[in-house]
Amino acid sequence: MKDGIAVFVKYDCPTCLMVVPVLEKIQKTVEMKVFVQDYPEKFPSLMVEDDRELAESYDYNIEIVPTLVRFENGAEIERSVGWERSSWERMSQTKPLGDALPSIRPGCGSLSVESGIAEKLAIKFGEVKFSSRLVSLGSLEDDIELCFEKSWTDGLPVVPPTAERVYRMLKGTGRKADEIIGMMPPNNIACTVEKVAVNAVMAGCKPEFLPVVLGAVEAVLEPDFCLHGLIATTWFSGPMVIVNGKIRKTIGMNWKGNVLGQGNRANATIGRALQLTVRNVGGGKPQEVDQSTFGSPLKFGFCFAEDESTPWTTLAEDRGFTRDQSTVTLFSADGPVGCVDQNSREPASLVESIAGSLKMVNHVGIANASDVVVVIGPEHGRIFDEAGWTKEQAVEALHQATKMSEVSDLKMTTLAAKLDDSKARQSKSMINKFRKNGLTLIRAGGDAGLFSAIIPGWLMKGETGTEPITKEI
Amino acid sequence: MQSLLDPTGEIEPVIRSPIAKPDMLEGKTLGLLDISKAKGDIFLDRLEELFSARGVKVRRYKKPTFAKPAPLKLIQEITKEVDIVIEGLAD
Repeated sequence: MKDGIAVFVKYDCPTCLMVVPVLEKIQKTVEMKVFVQDYPEKFPSLMVEDDRELAESYDYNIEIVPTLVRFENGAEIERSVGWERSSWERMSQTKPLGDALPSIRPGCGSLSVESGIAEKLAIKFGEVKFSSRLVSLGSLEDDIELCFEKSWTDGLPVVPPTAERVYRMLKGTGRKADEIIGMMPPNNIACTVEKVAVNAVMAGCKPEFLPVVLGAVEAVLEPDFCLHGLIATTWFSGPMVIVNGKIRKTIGMNWKGNVLGQGNRANATIGRALQLTVRNVGGGKPQEVDQSTFGSPLKFGFCFAEDESTPWTTLAEDRGFTRDQSTVTLFSADGPVGCVDQNSREPASLVESIAGSLKMVNHVGIANASDVVVVIGPEHGRIFDEAGWTKEQAVEALHQATKMSEVSDLKMTTLAAKLDDSKARQSKSMINKFRKNGLTLIRAGGDAGLFSAIIPGWLMKGETGTEPITKEI
Repeated sequence: MQSLLDPTGEIEPVIRSPIAKPDMLEGKTLGLLDISKAKGDIFLDRLEELFSARGVKVRRYKKPTFAKPAPLKLIQEITKEVDIVIEGLAD
């Protein structure tokens, strides 16, 4: 518009209907366009423009109706939101206006910013452009079934990744959609923020989870994590995501009862989004490049938060971050194995007990095959806390208590003959079951139960092994 | 028309290509599916003769009507019992 006034209204707005006589008066003397968002025919006394497509409302960034906009020489010079007599009189240079009306009355929400419509308009009018190709559905085709047919799912239904949903998901991050996070194995495909967002939609994530998913993807793409090997291994493992810091609370994660299980949306979908990204972008599929003999239920996705309310340092602190930073730490992990000890009342005894279970990791006769994470439950944790044991002390005691005879660390063929633990303990050449940084303790779990959870993983770093990775979110 | 954004690395075409043809028939079981169109049985009878003469094991199936997709049970039966299917389409 070059010179004059534009006003945006909708029929479904009492304030808009109230100002109809005012608009009639203005339109008699001033050049004014009236854009109607819903029912143009309901304003017969006015000359109106049909804006049911909301193109004009979107262009002028209208958030409230009525909104009055004044133009001079093609430029907007003033805007009034809702009904406000004095500013309408000034802008229209028409006086008096709406004598019988209150001097001020707020308007209603513009249709162009309604949830669901705003996304459609942004896509339609080109605010966002996707680089992923579009896969069209037949008119009678079921969108969820199509995702199965395309082999995009982990075997469970996914949320169909429409452009609107992916647009909303991308609002969860300030990062650009076309930013490349890294090359995703096994097919070494450039993994963009957009592709992660598409997979996060499918996994059921909310937009505010996306930064955590992106952090997890960044972490697994570090060469030291060795994702390609982790995908391809015949062993049970998959990626395990542990979240620390404020973001745990912001997005409502679980670190209490059933922490390693189902039931919390953030825990369940963040881990799943990572695994779907690996599957779809990288092409890591079971019985193809994923050669796992058994797999594990956690390969649907495994993500949880740490309980940071204990006297112990947090996982993030141990890995060089502060409590003010939110982080995501990636391990390779197999399914958790329970360790019960309802008798110990002091740390030394509890350490012996957990160590007994730790010796079984991978095989009782093998040392240094993988790292291990032990999730100390609240009731076990209290035994350490009440005795004033730090995490460092507990880790060191566990290393001592899991030492094994070097002769036990032999080839599989000779293991059976070498499993006499009493002999091993008397042996002079004792070695650690786990490497120095390979025994990680964290805190989580429900209030009741004198248990801890042992989570072994895949090969620790070697020529083909993995290294835990932490990224700030 | 609704569309979905492709979540994959996009190294495969959107339109699926046909599966690879079997390079030999020895030891395989062949299914002949009659979709209940007129004279489909004549065509399939002749195929059965020809394949049987070459020593290929043949099993016969029939859809109740050509107007509807095959019943799930029939699809499962065919999937379970044969390696290759030839379907007699059209009249």
